[in-house]
Order: sequence, then C-alpha cells, then structure tokens
Amino acid sequence: MHTPLLKTLLTERGSQVFLGVLIVTAILVPLLNLAVPADSALHVSTYTVTLLGKYLCYALLAIAVDLVWGYCGILSLGHTAFFALGGYAMGMYLMRQIGTRGVYGDPVLPDFMVFLNWSELPWYWHGFDMFWFAMLMVVLAPGALAYVFGWFAFRSRVTGVYLSIITQALTFALLLAFFRNEMGFGGNNGLTDFKDLLGFDLQADATRIGLFLATAFALGGGYVACRAIAASRAGRVIRAIRDAEGRARFIGYRVESYKLWLWTFSAVLAGIAGALYVPQVGIINPGEFAPINAIEIVIWVAVGGRGTLYGAVLGALVVNYAKTWFTGAFPEVWLYALGALFVLVTLFLPQGIVGLLARARKTA
Amino acid sequence: MKLPAALETFADREHVFEFMARGSRVPRLDVSHNVILYLEDITVAFDGFRALNDLTLYVDAGELRCIIGPNGAGKTTMMDVITGKTRPDSGSAWFGQTIDLLQLDEPEIAAAGIGRKFQKPTVFTEHSVFENLELAMAGDKRVWRILFAKLTPAQIERIESVLETIGLKDQRDARAGSLSHGQKQWLEIGMLLMQDPQLLLVDEPVAGMTPQETERTAELLLGLAGKHSVVVVEHDMAFVRSIARKVTVLHEGSVLAEGSLDEVQNNAKVVEVYLGE
Ligand SMILES: Nc1ncnc2c1ncn2[C@@H]1O[C@H](COP(=O)(O)OP(=O)(O)OP(=O)(O)O)[C@@H](O)[C@H]1O
Ligand SMILES: [Mg+2]
Repeated sequence: MHTPLLKTLLTERGSQVFLGVLIVTAILVPLLNLAVPADSALHVSTYTVTLLGKYLCYALLAIAVDLVWGYCGILSLGHTAFFALGGYAMGMYLMRQIGTRGVYGDPVLPDFMVFLNWSELPWYWHGFDMFWFAMLMVVLAPGALAYVFGWFAFRSRVTGVYLSIITQALTFALLLAFFRNEMGFGGNNGLTDFKDLLGFDLQADATRIGLFLATAFALGGGYVACRAIAASRAGRVIRAIRDAEGRARFIGYRVESYKLWLWTFSAVLAGIAGALYVPQVGIINPGEFAPINAIEIVIWVAVGGRGTLYGAVLGALVVNYAKTWFTGAFPEVWLYALGALFVLVTLFLPQGIVGLLARARKTA
Repeated sequence: MKLPAALETFADREHVFEFMARGSRVPRLDVSHNVILYLEDITVAFDGFRALNDLTLYVDAGELRCIIGPNGAGKTTMMDVITGKTRPDSGSAWFGQTIDLLQLDEPEIAAAGIGRKFQKPTVFTEHSVFENLELAMAGDKRVWRILFAKLTPAQIERIESVLETIGLKDQRDARAGSLSHGQKQWLEIGMLLMQDPQLLLVDEPVAGMTPQETERTAELLLGLAGKHSVVVVEHDMAFVRSIARKVTVLHEGSVLAEGSLDEVQNNAKVVEVYLGE
C-alpha cells in the first residue's frame, strides 16, 4: 500500500503488462520495419508504423483524461482543446521549417498568410522557427490555458455536469476562433504541407520510426508520471476529493489547489500528445477541437476502464482500431456503433474491459 | 549586555514572524481569556426560515459541552457555521480571541484547529481504514508538500496507536466502505483524533452504536476533555448523562437553557418543548 513507485509498477499486473507490451512494441516495430524486407510476411509497413504512432498519441491523451476523470472525478470535455493547442504549437514550428519550399516561396510567411496578402508575420508566430521555443509552447500554451481556466472554475467550486459543460464550451469557443482566417492559424484548412522536423524529412521511414519511438517514450513517461502521482500521498488526497470533496475540505485540504495542479498537469500531457500527433498525420486543423472528439476520448476511457490508466490505454487502442476498421468497411455506421458501445459499457461494464478481465481472472 | 526587547525577537532563531508563517493568514489561537469559542447573535435563514435565530453561545477552553434539543433545533447548522460550511446572515463567530471564523474557509478553519465529526458518518469509503487516518493526520496539507511527503515512523506509530484506540486494528487494510455503521462512527472519531484539533465538534457520535460501543465513546470523549475542548450533540440522554458537565438546550435556533443536566431537565421551559414530550 505505501510502497515505492518502482515496486508498485513491478507488482501491479496491469502496469506490468502495459509497460512490457510497450517496450516490446518499441523494439519490434522499428526492427520489423527497417530490417525485414518489404516482401516478407513479418514486414511492418511504414503506414502501419505511423498508424501505431497515432494510436499511441491517443493513448497518451486517454491517460491524461483518465488522470482527472478516473482519479479526481473531473469529467473533462476540454482535453481536445489542450491536445489541439499542443498540435498547433508543433504545427507552427513545422510551417516555419518549410521556408522557401512553399507554393509561394516566401522565406518567412507560410503560404496561407501570403494568400491572405499579409505582409508580415503576426507577433505570436515569432520564435516558432526555433525548435526549443516551439516545444516550450507545446507545454506552456495548454498548461497556461488550463491553469487560468481551472483557477476560475475550481475556485468557484463548479463541479460535475456544470464543469463538463464549461470545458465543452471552452473547446467550442476555440473551435470557432481557429476557424477564422484573421486568427492567423490557417482558418479551416489549418496547418499542413509540412516538410521536415529538425532537418529530417517527414516522409522518410527513419523519421517515421523516430516519431513512433518518441511517442512510445512519451507514453511510457506519461504513464509512469501519472502512476507516481496516483501512488503518492497526494494521489490518495485526490481520490478522497473525488469521493467526498466536502469532507476533504473539512480535514484541511485546499481542494481547488489539488484540482488545479492535477488539471494543469493533465492538460500538458494532452498538449504533448497533440504535438506528437501532428507530424505523424501531417496536418492540424480546427476539426481537432470538435466537441465530438472530446466525447470520444471519454468513451475510450470508459470502455477500457477508468481510474486505472492502463485501462485508458487499452480503451484508446481498442476503440481506435475498431474505428479504423469500421470507417474502412462501413463508414456510415461508425457513430452508431460508438454510441451503442458507450451505452453497453455504461450499463454492463462499469469498470470497462479491465474490470471484466479482473473478474474473469478472479473466477478462473 | 541586554538587548532591547524588540531586537531580542530578531536574535531569537526560533522566532517565527507572523509574515513568515507562509500559506496561512490565520493568526495563532489565543485562549488567554479561557474561552475557546464565541458565537454571538448568529442568525442563519434558509428562505426566510430561521434555522439559527440570534444564537449566542460560549465554550470554555478544555470544556466538554453537550448540546441537546429537538430535531430541527439548529444543532447541525450551528456546526456548519463554525466550520465554514454555512455563512451566517448576521452575528460573529470567534475561535479564541484572535481568529475570526467568518473570515476563513473550511480548510483554513480545519488548519486553525477545529475538527468535526459529521452526523451522518462520512469516511472515504474507497480508501482503507489506515489511509483514512493518514488523510486526516495533522500537518502541512499543501499540494507540493503532500506530493513528496512520506510517512515517518513516528507518524505510522501514531496512526497505529489511533487504530488501537478506536478498536479497528484488525480492519487496518479493509476498505472503509465495508465497515459496519458503528465502526464507521469510530473511524470518524479516529480521524478526528488524527487531526489533533483544539476544538472538536462531534455530531451524534453514538447513533447506531451498541451499549458497549457507546460506553467506550463516552470514555474516549471524557479522556479528550481538558486538553481539548469538545462540543457534543447527542439525542441519547443516557449517554449525555454519562459525560455531561454542562448542557445547552437549543430550541428553534436559539439557546433555551443552560446548566447541569439536572438543572435543565427541571427547567419548566425545557420540559415543555422537549423533555416533556
Ligand atoms: N440547507 C438547508 N436548506 C434549508 N433548510 C435547512 C438547510 N439546512 C438545515 N435546514 C433546516 O434548518 C433546521 C435546522 O436543521 P439542523 O440540521 O441544524 O437541525 P438539528 O438540530 O441538527 O436536527 P437533528 O437533531 O434532526 O439533527 C431544520 O428545520 C432544517 O430543515
Ligand atoms: Mg443534526
């Protein structure tokens, strides 16, 4: 119960399985892509590598949502906003990297700005030609937004459905703002046509592998960090707040501070996931802010099993794999299938797949 | 050479200046007038209905006070006011001479030294019994401290000894939600002990307890009085008799009578509204 983190990770079944599979995948996938000839049955195509990388980004996002929802009871419909902001920060760096290779060949202005007849770079685009600065913004933009939003929301003791609704409103407001051309983020086309990252060609297999590994590393790191928080004394306070917020106040915990730090940390994780996502899919546009996305993340976590972290990862993988399959085979059914899945899980599997597995293990 | 008094405080390494007591705008508790709680002319109205009506009540330092009164008299509401859950419409509430309770919120009041056991037992059901006590333990409760804090052997020993006191040693690692009603009551009392408050507000501690458990609770509360001040709300008159020195009768939001149990039981007004029923 009060064991150090390492011991927790090594003795907890779910963590063992998750970290084990992650490490094996991170070693095998690059090997099977680079070292196995393309005509072999064991070869993993670059397309698959990128698809897996995308799934891992979703898994990191799911962990971020599970940390606040599963452990602290904050049902966030705002994490798409943090994800997209991290993505835009990365996208801005990638745009600046294009340089004269754009359609209009302007050395400084991205194509869409030339198209809008802008003559100079808006102030908030400065600095994004530097990788370190862009990475700082990947963390700071979602982090600062989450901090300010959380400061007001948690201090005024907004909880439950009301909090979910205002997080949704936040996402929606950003969606509308980013759609506008005057905002300077490429309007509804967003940012795309990226060429390279840190000088590496984004189309090259090796770059794809590098991004995949970076994502796997971020997911593993994010998982361990969340696990460390959950296993700390603060983690027990956070769960206490989830179960009886008022009671936690009466024994002297400043509930709003706990929520604020957890929320901000979680938003930063979502931002990092977004930043890793954008170079792999090659585009970021306001569609990423869509409210339906926020609901989808919640479904991933619910399907996998909330409050376990590895459940969130499992849910993100299973649902997204299903989505890839469905949208290929029966695109028009997908949303219905997703809705049905959510209803079924809520009714019959309150602990998600992880809960089902745990029950099966107990009876076996 | 003798330093002037003002300089002496600077020379004293242990001296903690008010402005350096970070994270707290709460002054130190001062009970030099021997009164720990002042409630004066407190009125709380819910939609025009006065749950507390010009309530004035003083509790001495180290005292064990019983509060009785019919259902709806305002006993729980009074505790809500003291602990910051409910803001009164008028009146004043001071903890000792220096701490204005109406300026503080719940965690500040808890940190100042007021602990509370709720009428309906509220423990953290998903945490173990041990963890419930750990959560309640007195100490710095700010995020960054708690995030990196480890239990010291002395703290673990303290938790174990409270487990012993409340008779839940065998349930140490059990989910608090799996305890019986009486055990939950005990756990909540244990949490109160862990907080080590100066003033304990105990709302109906023996509801749902067996006679033996009730007796042990009485012993425990009597043992706490003196070093701590205790305010107990209880309907169980046998229990009140076993612990009471001074009893306050609340009725319709104000004090109807105050004195020893025999005095108030013979008070004509009290007989009429409460004991005579
Ligand atoms: N939040 C609230 N809103 C409206 N009315 C309330 C509220 N809280 C308490 N009351 C009313 O105030 C009155 C006093 O309630 P309180 O809980 O303080 O009584 P009590 O003396 O603790 O009674 P009991 O012995 O039943 O616990 C009751 O009539 C109750 O209905
Ligand atoms: Mg009551």
